[in-house]
Parts: sequence; C-alpha cells; structure tokens
Amino acid sequence: MNAIVEHSQTKKRVAADNGRESVVTIRDLEKSFGDRDILKKVNLDLFKGENLVIIGKSGTGKSVLIKCMVGLIKPDAGHINILGYDVPYLNEAELNELRLQVGFSFQGSALYDSMTVRENLEFPLKRNMKLFDRNKLNDLIIEALEDVGLAHAVDQFPSELSGGMKKRIGIARTLILKPKIMLYDEPTAGLDPITSREINELINSVREKYHTSSIIITHDLTCAKQTGDRLVALFNGQIQVEGSFKEMSQVDDPEIKAFFNY
Amino acid sequence: MKKFLIQLAAISRFVGDTIRYVFKGPFEFRELTRQCYLIGYRSFFLIGFTSFIAGIVFTRQSRPSLASFGAESWLPSLVSQAVVRSLGPLITALICAGKLGSNIGAELGSMRVSEQIDAMEVSGTRPFSYLVVTRVIAATMMLPILVMYADTIALLGSYMMVNMINKSSFQLFVNEVAVSVTYLDIFSSLVKSAIFGFAIGIVGCYAGYNTSGGTTGVGRAANTAVVVSMVFIFVIDLVSLQFINLFRTT
Ligand SMILES: Nc1ncnc2c1ncn2[C@@H]1O[C@H](COP(=O)(O)OP(=O)(O)O)[C@@H](O)[C@H]1O
Ligand SMILES: [Mg+2]
Repeated sequence: MNAIVEHSQTKKRVAADNGRESVVTIRDLEKSFGDRDILKKVNLDLFKGENLVIIGKSGTGKSVLIKCMVGLIKPDAGHINILGYDVPYLNEAELNELRLQVGFSFQGSALYDSMTVRENLEFPLKRNMKLFDRNKLNDLIIEALEDVGLAHAVDQFPSELSGGMKKRIGIARTLILKPKIMLYDEPTAGLDPITSREINELINSVREKYHTSSIIITHDLTCAKQTGDRLVALFNGQIQVEGSFKEMSQVDDPEIKAFFNY
Repeated sequence: MKKFLIQLAAISRFVGDTIRYVFKGPFEFRELTRQCYLIGYRSFFLIGFTSFIAGIVFTRQSRPSLASFGAESWLPSLVSQAVVRSLGPLITALICAGKLGSNIGAELGSMRVSEQIDAMEVSGTRPFSYLVVTRVIAATMMLPILVMYADTIALLGSYMMVNMINKSSFQLFVNEVAVSVTYLDIFSSLVKSAIFGFAIGIVGCYAGYNTSGGTTGVGRAANTAVVVSMVFIFVIDLVSLQFINLFRTT
C-alpha cells in the first residue's frame, strides 16, 4: 500500500507495489468546502486491471474524490497521480490528454439532452479527435452501442430512454474514447434490482473487453459484491478499511457493520 | 460588500475568458450559426408584433402635441428619430433580455446541475467555447439585425397610423424619414444594440454556467439573467446617450 509517498518533480511516473502496477495513486488528499472538511488525508491506490469499489454513506465525499481525479474539483492539498500524470498540477493541454484516457460515468448519466444518442457519442470524437469521416464515426458509434446492448436506440433522444438505458448510453459515450481507467459514480443508484444486475454485468464485461482498471462508487451491496475485486470504505473523510467483500462484511467496525447489516 | 466585489471579479474574469476564447478558438462555426438562427427565430414574431404596436401608439400619442403647435407635418421626422435612436433598440433589447436571457440562463443552468457541462469537460471537449462563446457572439451579432427589423416594422406601424388620420403617400413618409435620420443615428444605434446583445449573452451565460443548487438554482439562474440584463440595458442606454451626444452637432 505504501508504494509512493514522496512527491517527485517529474510528471510522468509509474508506481509499483509488489509487482502490481498502480495506475492511480492518491496521497494525503484534502478537500474542504467552507469550514466543512470533506476529505481528510485520503490515501488510495488503484492497480492495473482491478475493479475497486468504494463504499460509504452519502455525503461523505465519494463523488468529490473522483471529481478531484479528473480535475473537475481542485483539491486543497495532497497528490493524485494517474497514469503518470500529476493531476492537480497539469496545464490545460495535459489535463485534456489525461481526460481522454479516463472514462467518467456520472451518477445522473449526464447525457446531452439536446442531442440524439448518436450525437452524444459523436460529440467527443468530432470535437476531440477531429474525426469527421461518416463511415468511421458510424462504425465506432455502433460498436460502442453494441457493447452496451443498445444499438437500436441510436436515433433516440435521452428523454425517450429509461434510467437504465441512459446509464448504458453514458457508459458507451465514454467507451468510445477507449479509456484505460473507468470511474463509475453510483452506477446502479435509482435502478431496479434487475436493471442493476445488468449494469453490474456490463461493468464486468467492459473490463474484459477494454482491459480497464475501474473505480466503482456505490452504496449498493449487490453491486459491490458483483463487481468488486477489492473494497475500501470511505468514512469521515478517510479510507478506513480495505478488503474483499467477504472480509469487509466481517469487519468489526460499527460503521461498516451498520453498512452491511442494513 | 465583500461578496459583491468577489462576484464582480468573477464576472470580469468570465468576460475576459470569453473574449480570450473568441480569438483563441476553437471556432465553432456550426454551433454559432445554429445559435444565431435560434435567436432570430425565437424572437422574430414577438419583436415584430411589439414594434408594430409601439410605432402605432407612439405616433398616435405624439400627434396631438405636435398639432397644437401646428407642426403635424413633423410627425414622421419625430417618430423616426425616436424609433431609430431609442425605441427600436430598447424594445428589442428588453424582449431579448426576457426571451434570450431566460433561455440561456435556464439551458446552461440545467446543463450545469445535471452535470452535462462536467461531462463535456471530462471528455476533453472544452465546453466553454462551445456553450458560452457561441452564445455570446450570436447575441452580439443578432441584436443589431433584430433592431433594424424592429425599426422597420415600427415605422411601418407609424405610417399606417399617419395614413389613417389623413391620407398621405408612402413615398412622402419614407422621404421624410430618410431626411431626418442621420448615419450617426443608425450607426450608433447598431453599435449600442451590439453592446446590448453582448450584455444579454454574457449575463445569461454567467448566470447559467455558474448555477448551483439543483432545480431551484436553475430557476434562480434564469431569473437573475433576465433581471440583471434588463438593468444593464438601461444603464448602457443612459451611458451611450451621453456618449453619442458628444458627436452630435445639432
Ligand atoms: N461544489 C461544492 N460546493 C460545496 N459543497 C460541496 C460541493 N460538492 C460537494 N459538496 C459537499 O461535499 C459533501 C460530499 O459530497 P459528495 O462527494 O457528492 O457525496 P457522496 O459521497 O454522496 O458522493 C456533501 O456534503 C456536499 O454538500
Ligand atoms: Mg455522490
């Protein structure tokens, strides 16, 4: 767990922990809003190829944590190293370069509701990759939509889709950029158990096909169990415990216990 | 007071960013044309309707006072100066503040609270040029065009009123208008309108882009956009009046 503590000057850096390559390294991350300390010295590693689940009560700063990772929120202190990039210190161009390699699935899907599904998926390709070739665009879009099982919805508007479908399209929109890391913010929140299970299966199949390393934020235990190789708990602004689902469910901490015996 | 200054600094930075990105690019030609089209299309009918009525009413109400001096024949000249210098730009700007301001505020506001702007940002697509810069440029370009349109319709309304009271030829009316409206009048009114458009665009975008607090926040953003841009419009109108008067010879 203690691969890198020292902050070095170089922006490109890869850490290793007992032979496991760490793609995300977070050290002593702090963030407060006003006088409310949300994150207090958070330390976290994401290793290559794993699905890491972060559980925790709502309002503990799980979303804040992953938003810090992609530069949407600027932390007050601490280090975040993702794929060798020192996130809080990147300039605009470097940040963009990193963002293309990190997929972010938002809690509310965040589909652009003035655009069709096709236009939603095209948006990053056209504006980022400067890709305008009709056939090529179409192939990429269909491939991404087939990955999430929704090729038939290509010409619909987000308002015509169900919650589960929106989640899938949101994931497809990030997959189209072939990310190395996926961040899922409460992928199953607000979905029925059957749809939730389908999303969990999708998360696992995304890893298989795209060889992504993922962080999955959730307070849904089924989701944690189905997708997580390793779980950590974020409580009171810190990563408190770590382990497999089975280990976590036997932890003797009152807060964690409360979480597992709901 | 401190809060006000912080707000002011934030707005200045927003304006600075907007202007910087206008020159820096990327230039969003397609989105810009779409926004221009939407602005024109959305307010075309309402501006035409209100300008027409304003032309009629203003003419009808000015007539008695002119008639009491025996100066009824000055009516076209008075009306056309009033319309071009002040009435046309003001009506257009206020309607756009209402329609466009609330529209931009609410649209960007809901994109902000539903994390669509964040989503654009994390896919590396620089939402600022796409969303803000296009809207501000579109408003700045479209306002002068809409003002010319409003002026024309208002003068048509005015002619109709003049003609109803005592038959007069359209040709004569147009001549009188052409004589009394100067190039300075037209030029300054168009520049003023462009500034109105810029203000409406900036205020709407600022309110929308910085929305927080869910659905209520969106309502608040739309409201702020309308109220603040209306206040700006009157202030700009007053300042530009003083400024333009420096150039008038008569
Ligand atoms: N931009 C912000 N400004 C102020 N407070 C915020 C902001 N973002 C999040 N917070 C606060 O930080 C806390 C953690 O939020 P969040 O990370 O969304 O929780 P969760 O763990 O449920 O995802 C919440 O209490 C929220 O009110
Ligand atoms: Mg959250």
